[in-house]
Amino acid sequence: MTLDTLFFYAFTTLTLGGAALAVTRPSAVHAAIALMVSLLGVAGLYLQLTAEFLFVAQIILYIGGILLLFLFVIMLVNLDAGRGLRQFHRRWTVGAAVTAVAGVVLAVLGSRVQLPPAQRMPETGNVELVADTLLQDYLVPFEVVSLLLLVAVVGSVLLGRKRA
Amino acid sequence: MHYVAVSLVLLLIGTAGLLLRRNIVIILMSIELILNAVNLNLVAFARHHGNAAGQVFALFVIAVAVAEAAVGLGILLALYRNRETVQVDEIDLLKW
Repeated sequence: MTLDTLFFYAFTTLTLGGAALAVTRPSAVHAAIALMVSLLGVAGLYLQLTAEFLFVAQIILYIGGILLLFLFVIMLVNLDAGRGLRQFHRRWTVGAAVTAVAGVVLAVLGSRVQLPPAQRMPETGNVELVADTLLQDYLVPFEVVSLLLLVAVVGSVLLGRKRA
Repeated sequence: MHYVAVSLVLLLIGTAGLLLRRNIVIILMSIELILNAVNLNLVAFARHHGNAAGQVFALFVIAVAVAEAAVGLGILLALYRNRETVQVDEIDLLKW
């Protein structure tokens, strides 16, 4: 077993284990910590896929940004009151059936796909490559995203005010 | 492509959390898990095709996820102020 495979399985275990804990823990704070473990695992998988820029973006944006936001909201909303209550829906069998059907369909479809032969990434560094693609081929979507973020900032401030 | 299998399982865990849990905060976390599964898929295929476009798409997905989380949590706070609950099946104002 090479070192690459070892790291792949380690990060996969982190990702899937953290995700499974995040959706099953009754306490929201525990779920947030498990989500952090899962996001770290995904960041490690990015590193394995030679996507170093996304690795850094994942850690700064997801773990430093989104997860912090979740923890703030958990602090503001008194979630401990819901701790002793039922955690799952009354009709959870329907949801489980939908998930199972989706899983089977996706697995069957995925196993039938014929992939073209793998190609090598260009030898330039990952950050240069991402920057070239982002700022040359996808410049307009890049600018539109800044508009989206502005709208999101205004919207969340408006929603978060005391008297909306 | 082992990465696609990991992405599929992550997507299914996220879907299960989204459909089964009653707590809104956990449901929003499940959406983040689903978006991460999509990102993992995009990056894996970007590697396979030797092309950075997939990574750029993953960046866009992350930006949209940040916006979604900010607005979603803002709505959640406004909702909690009005209804004093975070259980989705108790928020049934529009239910017939």
